[in-house]
Amino acid sequence: MTSAVSFRQVSRHFGSVRAVDAVDLDIVPGEFFAMLGPSGSGKTTCLRLIAGFEQPTAGSISIFGERAEGVPPYRRNVNTVFQDYALFPHLNVLDNVAYGLMVKGVGKAERLKAADEALSLVRLPGYGARRPGQLSGGQRQRVALARALVNQPKVLLLDEPLGALDLKLRENMQEELKSLQKVLGITFVFVTHDQGEALSMADRVAVFNDGRIMQVGTPEDIYQRPRTRFVADFVGSSNVLPPDFVQRYSGQHRWGSLRPESIRVSNATSGDGVTARLVGTNYLGATTRLALDADGLRLHAMVPAGTALPAEGEAVTLTFNRESLHLMDEPA
Amino acid sequence: MRSDRGQCAPRGLKIAAACGLLFLHLPILLIFVYAFTTEEKSFVWPPPALTTQWFAVTWNRTDVWDALSLSVRVATISTAIALVLGTLCAAAVSQTRFFGRETISLLVILPIALPGIITGIALRSAFALADIPFSFWTIVLGHATFCVVVVYNNAVARFRRTSGSMIEASMDLGADGFQTFRHVVLPNIATALLAGGMLAFALSFDEVIVTTFTAGQQQTVPIWMLEELIRPRQRPVTNVVAMVVVLVTLLPILFAYYLTRDGDQIAGSGK
Repeated sequence: MTSAVSFRQVSRHFGSVRAVDAVDLDIVPGEFFAMLGPSGSGKTTCLRLIAGFEQPTAGSISIFGERAEGVPPYRRNVNTVFQDYALFPHLNVLDNVAYGLMVKGVGKAERLKAADEALSLVRLPGYGARRPGQLSGGQRQRVALARALVNQPKVLLLDEPLGALDLKLRENMQEELKSLQKVLGITFVFVTHDQGEALSMADRVAVFNDGRIMQVGTPEDIYQRPRTRFVADFVGSSNVLPPDFVQRYSGQHRWGSLRPESIRVSNATSGDGVTARLVGTNYLGATTRLALDADGLRLHAMVPAGTALPAEGEAVTLTFNRESLHLMDEPA
Repeated sequence: MRSDRGQCAPRGLKIAAACGLLFLHLPILLIFVYAFTTEEKSFVWPPPALTTQWFAVTWNRTDVWDALSLSVRVATISTAIALVLGTLCAAAVSQTRFFGRETISLLVILPIALPGIITGIALRSAFALADIPFSFWTIVLGHATFCVVVVYNNAVARFRRTSGSMIEASMDLGADGFQTFRHVVLPNIATALLAGGMLAFALSFDEVIVTTFTAGQQQTVPIWMLEELIRPRQRPVTNVVAMVVVLVTLLPILFAYYLTRDGDQIAGSGK
């Protein structure tokens, strides 16, 4: 099957800065694909390479089997929802949504009807006559979405679209985007720096760092089986364990990761387990996050709220199942 | 301290402000009054009697019409040149980053900071060096140098307030460069261009110094006026023309001010 988007050894360098460096990537048609990474990791540049705002310095990009290098943005069947929405302030909402059809020469009655339907799709029916300036952030976001979807793109690109929304609105939009994607069956490519968002929404996630992809996989893969220290740390702040420590428990001299919620903390200072000292607690509502010091090794543990805790500075014993200790590919 | 809480300014300050305003505007009113005087050789106050005959006299003087038509044509063409060049330059400076960008920005603005006499002498010697005879077009070129600045300043301010991703959004939605300019860029900078264009027109219309250096035998309105003041005959004709010039330059400036006044909201900002 042809990939929706495929990158072969794609690089984009700005002078000496390697924004994207020899990236290979295949996005399956119809999937919800997230590009996750800290700022400056190259994820947005990758999105702009797909949209056509950037051209690769090296390598080849194809979109549904067609070579995309040198093809300008307006000749690609790809649409973008911009981070700042980029609505046209001089047009009303309906004309904003109909813009793509207007420049393609679709007749007025037909394009306004399509724009109306797109507004209903994003649950903003009857908002057509308003100006973008009269809408809230969440509503502008929906208009931007409708304006992209009305063109029936093969791939929809979303550049941190939820970044400007408050928490409650963001959670609603996450669910809505997810169900919209299921209904429409369009390939969504979503850029975010929020690992929670990537894990909860995407079918597959690519984790970016320094212009390279560290790991591609399902959210469970990424979360449970990180391949490198960076992924373990960035996605859900796993405990990264040094090879010497891991060797004692698994017999293999490799980097390991251990999820904070897999660690059990007990007051008893005897028995087998890792002896550590409690150095801080962080109340998070449903859980409490503990900062621990095991002979100079900084660890975090997550315990349910209400667990009886020793006082700060006291010694505790940490235990965990051998299976929850994940060995990483990264060479020791 | 701001005085917007209802308390009054001291009386002394009010009188000073009134005097300042009178000082600025009373002479202009005097010019209007002298347009109606019956005394034609010198300006005497108070006017011996009032008449409207100078309007008819002015209407029938061909030299007035020649000067007026030359001024309008020069101002129109300089403004048109300035609109094209100023907009292109503003777009380049505000939308892209390139080596020497700040320098170009400064060089474009410089002619308005430079005394007109320097611009005039420089242009005159350049025209002489290149063996270009003085003509209508040399006046236009001279005026375009400072008209470009006005348009550029207006356009660059608007471009800076226009979100750059709007242009990308337009391209993303299938519009090529020309369609993007027509449907997105132009509507967003139109009022700024109109304001800049009107200011440029007004500047060109009453420009004296650069014109003296770049015109041959032709007379624009301000030059004609200077010549006319020396001749002790039909003096009020000058005043009639002056009234027309005041109106022709004041109205566009007021309109331009009105257009750019409410420009505080940022075009295309999403948040």
